Amino acid sequence: MATIEIDGKSYEAQPGQMLIEIADANGIDIPRFCYHKKLSVAANCRMCLVEVERAPKPLPACATPIMDGMKVYTKSSKALAAQNAVMEFLLINHPLDCPICDQGGECELQDIAMGYGQDVSRYQDGKRVVTDKNLGPLIATEMTRCIHCTRCVRFGEEIAGIKELGATGRGEHTRIGTYVEKTVNSELSGNVVDLCPVGALTNKPFRFSARAWEMQQRVGVSVHDGVGASVYYHTRRNEVMRVIPRENETVNETWLADRDRYSFSALKAEDRLTQPMIKRDGQWQAVDWETALTFAADGLKQAVQKHGAKQVGSLVSPTSTLEELFLLQKLMRGMGSSNIDHRLQQLDFSDQAQAPVFPSLGQSLTDFEHSDAVLVIGSHLRKEQPLLNLRLRKAAMRGAKCAFVNPVAYEFNLPVAQQLVVTPNDWVSQLAGIAKALQTSSSNSVNGLDSLLQNVSVSAEQQAVADALLSGERKTVLVGQLAQSHPQFASLRALAGAIAQLSGACLSYTNAAGNTSGAWLTGCVPHRAVGGQAESAAGKNALEMLSEGLKAYILMGVEPELESCVPAQAERALKQAEFVVNLTAFRSAAMDAYADVLLPIALSAETSGTYVNMAGTWQSVAAAVKAPADVRPAWKVLRVFGNLFDLAGFEYEDSTQIQAELQPQLMSLVADNAGSWKLPSSLDTAASQGLQAITELPIYAVDMVVRRTAALQDTQDALSAKGVHLSAATAASLKITDGQAVQVQQGANTVASTAVFDERVPAACVLLYAAQADSTALDSWFGDVSVKPVD
Amino acid sequence: MTEQQTSLLSAEVCAAIDRWIAKYPPERKSSAVMGALRVVQEANDGWLTQALMDAIADYLEMDAISVYEVATFYSMYELKPVGKHKICVCTNVSCMLCGSDDIVAHLRKKLGIGFGEITTDGKFSLKEVECLAACGNAPMMQIGHTYYENLTPEKVDEILASLD
Ligand code: SF4
Ligand code: FES
Ligand code: FES
Repeated sequence: MATIEIDGKSYEAQPGQMLIEIADANGIDIPRFCYHKKLSVAANCRMCLVEVERAPKPLPACATPIMDGMKVYTKSSKALAAQNAVMEFLLINHPLDCPICDQGGECELQDIAMGYGQDVSRYQDGKRVVTDKNLGPLIATEMTRCIHCTRCVRFGEEIAGIKELGATGRGEHTRIGTYVEKTVNSELSGNVVDLCPVGALTNKPFRFSARAWEMQQRVGVSVHDGVGASVYYHTRRNEVMRVIPRENETVNETWLADRDRYSFSALKAEDRLTQPMIKRDGQWQAVDWETALTFAADGLKQAVQKHGAKQVGSLVSPTSTLEELFLLQKLMRGMGSSNIDHRLQQLDFSDQAQAPVFPSLGQSLTDFEHSDAVLVIGSHLRKEQPLLNLRLRKAAMRGAKCAFVNPVAYEFNLPVAQQLVVTPNDWVSQLAGIAKALQTSSSNSVNGLDSLLQNVSVSAEQQAVADALLSGERKTVLVGQLAQSHPQFASLRALAGAIAQLSGACLSYTNAAGNTSGAWLTGCVPHRAVGGQAESAAGKNALEMLSEGLKAYILMGVEPELESCVPAQAERALKQAEFVVNLTAFRSAAMDAYADVLLPIALSAETSGTYVNMAGTWQSVAAAVKAPADVRPAWKVLRVFGNLFDLAGFEYEDSTQIQAELQPQLMSLVADNAGSWKLPSSLDTAASQGLQAITELPIYAVDMVVRRTAALQDTQDALSAKGVHLSAATAASLKITDGQAVQVQQGANTVASTAVFDERVPAACVLLYAAQADSTALDSWFGDVSVKPVD
Repeated sequence: MTEQQTSLLSAEVCAAIDRWIAKYPPERKSSAVMGALRVVQEANDGWLTQALMDAIADYLEMDAISVYEVATFYSMYELKPVGKHKICVCTNVSCMLCGSDDIVAHLRKKLGIGFGEITTDGKFSLKEVECLAACGNAPMMQIGHTYYENLTPEKVDEILASLD
């Protein structure tokens, strides 16, 4: 501990801390541009100059380590003169036209110039002019405004892990940019907009649409991945204008993924459903809520009467709020059906009874960041969970050993110790090998594993993964979305569990959406009611509901024909049903074809409610804006349904009442995945005749909202998630050339697509992207397919 | 899907870069970037193309932009074609006081090119540089690795004539 004095007051400080950190911690203002607490210290702007006793010249507070007894003056005449001079230099080349700048009113340069600068400019010569760059659909540039603080450059290098922006040239000729004509493609790129202290890098979709002082700030939660990033919605006259991160160290730190930041624009998507619709004699008509709800309830009642409640099923999106999820399952179970599920991307449910109360990270995000060894099984983590990957990157940069078992040789932005690229059929044997390697060297044991692994041999790579997992204190085995949708998920889960147990690692899952945990907790699964209570007779899971086909469905926030892992079957099942009620925020041609009632529901920004993220963190928020026109929050719609079915327990007047009821019951349930798996009786290895399909749900197609965000659909990540990806060698054996039109066949289904050569894909496999026009007509995300050229 | 561009680098060039790499700790390969840029530039008629810089980035496992940053920062790296003989004339204070303006004017007239340009036969290009630390014998110019000092227009004629 050291004691320093700032402006005559004493403060405690840790040796090695920089002056600016002590000042920040104690609310003492020091102006700065280049310093940012999450980035390395560059000390290139000199705005933070302060006077330090016995130092001959003012010193930069961001790069001056404290010393015991140091006396610092931040507002002495010497300090102020220095700051004033720096400000004058910074403004030499900066345009003085804040009224026409998008950053005006919330600009660090403008603010600091007001506080520390002079009121007139003495500079009379020409200013330098820098041409703007095209960095893609998300970031607008006005590079003449750049003050070369290099925050954006350091962000790419240090946080996002790919350096796309740089400072080329020198002195007067320095330019920030990509040097070559190139878009910025990081999935975290929007953060440079927040970091840029001036109007050089701004939010492209938001550009010139509102001023900071016109907007109000409302809290929210992003639902597009398991992290559930904390956000602020900036609203003006009941319209969300933009989204920025809400600092939350345990969730998203100060960052957002582009998916979190830009997807709000779908609130105003063209196909937004704003009025209840019913289909009478094959004709769609807009009606009032009462008519629609009665029509829906009557249709459902009829189906129950004719076919029994077990012929009604419900599919729900885990982006819904806890309150909505709770009411929906209450309605279903009240009607006498446990056919409810949110797991649209799962193929193997055989061990669902063993699943934890809610599959989750099983640790806090901050703890995860301190892992010494991590084995990731089946995840394109960087695109699947950008902010979780950022934590993993921090661990890896600290020296943690990261290994991946993946179906595709994904690119990383972190040092990877091992990546085992294995075809879907080989995953089980691959994990078995790792488990076997651990078994021989670990002091822990797993009952029954010996006999299961009897005939398994261990490769050098598997041994290396095992050795890494045995070293270090804190370890994680993370089961990603690609594993969770694998046709042998139960075996993979068990082997992952065994690997975790043998190595003393935490068994973790990634969650697909911001409230997947909430969906489990509220009983939006067919085999468990609220709080994970086992049901005496399990209902049908998502796959059964879609492959067997029910007579009636209630959908909430999902497009099964796109996002289910059995897309073609899903569409068939919904079309053949007698009655489909769809609670949805958007309308599509597919829905028109299969639904009978479309009920317009509010999106996340328009609903009050609770979200539980993959670390088990609860976040309750109020609605940031009111839903447009006739749109209602889903919880209110479900409440009326409850009444129409004469069910008890639907008397809520406010969503917070539901939350108050659930919280005591559910919050005490801890996220613990250990032991929640069961070893299979044998290691069944699947055999394949032709090509094995690997299907990835790409980053900008994960849910209804993201799929309708125009700016995201223009990014490189979205544009490249198309076509049939296969290696040149595989293609050659099929006589297919790059870019050729091809036909993909799976069972009786065929789709037309385009071949894309992609050396990341292993031999005898093809990589497809879900929820794209050229893949949704296939029966399943996995299994054999054949590909042939069309001429 | 990244294109491996390193095939643009010849075996000798790679060997020369490897000698630079060997001077630094193995995890600090990128420290060799300046040496590598020089080696590659010399092997490519004195200038760097974007493809070559990308190849260096691949070879040293760096982000391409980091290579561009270095190449654009230092004035010795050429990003456009240069003549067979790159004439670097110092116009900094000492040289200027001793008449570098006349030298420059003479060169311009004789070669018919200005700074940053190449003669049509590709033999000469002209470049303005800052102090090359030969102020004692100003004015001066550098061609290749050789310094020519105490210049007069006549002397410049002789020097140019002596170059093939
Ligand atoms: S663009 Fe903005 S963040 Fe980047 S260096 Fe310039 S001022 Fe700094
Ligand atoms: S903030 Fe200290 S030098 Fe920029
Ligand atoms: S000023 Fe020309 S060499 Fe120094």
